[in-house]
Amino acid sequence: MSAAGTVGAVAQVLLVAAGAPLLVGVMRQVRARLEGRAGAGVAQPWRDLRKLLRKEPIAPHGTGVLFRAAPLVLAGAALVAAGVVPLVTTASPLDGIADLFAVIALLALGTVFLALAGLDTATAFGGMGASREMVVLALVEPTILLSVFALSARVGSTNLGEIVTTTLHDPQLVVSPVSLLAAVALAIVTIAETGRIPVDNPSTHLELTMIHEAMVLEYAGPDLALVEWASAMRLTVLLGLFANLFAPWGIAGTSLLMLPVALLAFSAKVVVLGGALAAGEVFMAKLRMFRVPELLAGSFLMALLAVAASFFLAGP
Amino acid sequence: MSGGLYVHALDMAVGALLLAGVLALWRRDLAAIVRLFAVQGAALAALVAVLGLHEGHAATVALAAGILVLRAAVLPLMLRRAMLAGGAFRETEPLVNVASSLVAAALLALLSFAVTRPVVELAPSPATRAVPVALTVVLLGFFVLVTRRRALSQVAGFLMMDNGITAVAFLTTTGVPFIVELGMSLDVLLAVLVLQILTSRIRDVFGDSDLDDLRELHD
Repeated sequence: MSAAGTVGAVAQVLLVAAGAPLLVGVMRQVRARLEGRAGAGVAQPWRDLRKLLRKEPIAPHGTGVLFRAAPLVLAGAALVAAGVVPLVTTASPLDGIADLFAVIALLALGTVFLALAGLDTATAFGGMGASREMVVLALVEPTILLSVFALSARVGSTNLGEIVTTTLHDPQLVVSPVSLLAAVALAIVTIAETGRIPVDNPSTHLELTMIHEAMVLEYAGPDLALVEWASAMRLTVLLGLFANLFAPWGIAGTSLLMLPVALLAFSAKVVVLGGALAAGEVFMAKLRMFRVPELLAGSFLMALLAVAASFFLAGP
Repeated sequence: MSGGLYVHALDMAVGALLLAGVLALWRRDLAAIVRLFAVQGAALAALVAVLGLHEGHAATVALAAGILVLRAAVLPLMLRRAMLAGGAFRETEPLVNVASSLVAAALLALLSFAVTRPVVELAPSPATRAVPVALTVVLLGFFVLVTRRRALSQVAGFLMMDNGITAVAFLTTTGVPFIVELGMSLDVLLAVLVLQILTSRIRDVFGDSDLDDLRELHD
């Protein structure tokens, strides 16, 4: 454990916590500009959160402790994940538990609690959203595990810090069929996990199509603020993880001097990825719910081929 | 070509070959399938060129240029013309739905990795290690051939299977005699010409190119 690592871990948690709503703002702004609208500005998600936080906390009649606990668990899991994943530094003191499986389990824990909260309200929309979310999660999980397996086979460890460090020292690993296939699979899965467009539309409230929004329909006030903030953080962490697995340049190791550079590099990477995602969404329509398994089966196949290639193709 | 770069280029070419095959199984849009077939042809040409440069065979490199012209330009153009004339632009209802066929493709990939193990162990080299991937492309092409209904996507499946066979031949022997490859390519070209004529005849007679409608006898 080093001082630089501790400072870096604290810095990345703070950066994700403060920057996640801004990332959502940037993505909405890119989308608005491409659609010919002026847009509400990059800081609008923060203004929304402030407005929601000032309202009185209110919960629907008949909901239990799960409904109240879910936003806290969701936000807590996202914060821990932000501290564990090597976003800014690879020398985080939490590196020992920075296992890809552990991180995915942390993020899934939040999703499961949100689904339970959706069921807890006993409204038709909550239950529908929860069951759909579980379908997507069940299809996403095997793909994530397989692509992680493909990436960790060449490193010999599922520790995120080690995977990123190895890629950093050996850049030609990035341009190989294994990375290529795993990148495609993980990109599809990241989109599905964060509820972006071909799988779920984050800005819809149409009952037939919404997944994430259906689960959080009953939340209001500070609870809703917490849920929105946590989903923004999930998006940031997953995009940052994706960027650092395949393009880790600029990440800080044990030196304190690299930290500002790493913070800037991380922000730039996430903003570029988010902007590209938002720009891609403009040209795409949401898939029908029954076509989503096709998309995820495709990503599963890519992940499986990545694993096969990592064992059978000769490494350079 | 030096060792590291050679293995790298070989792996990338084989990976692109496989990726194009998988995506062709995924898409329903016939125009996209034809485009993917062109991409696969280019990947095959790149693979042959890499092998030729590594071995230092000028003839193999020339063959790669020929493959590029035939499989990335001529055959896709012919398929495209057949598609535009046919008027059917989507693979509406494959016999096996897309999600199941992707899972089947995963099983086929594992099968080909399992059955080519003895072949790879005979002479382990970067080229022979890529043989299972090429065999996967053969099986994927065959799968497309037997599960699709449109005559055009069946032809595309047949051609992808042939791409895979060519890739296996080059990876295992490093250098099919020029005359053999020439004869094979000519055969494929002729087969596509015949199939194109057959498809247009089927359409003229029955008004559609859905081959499942041809099971009953007509006067």
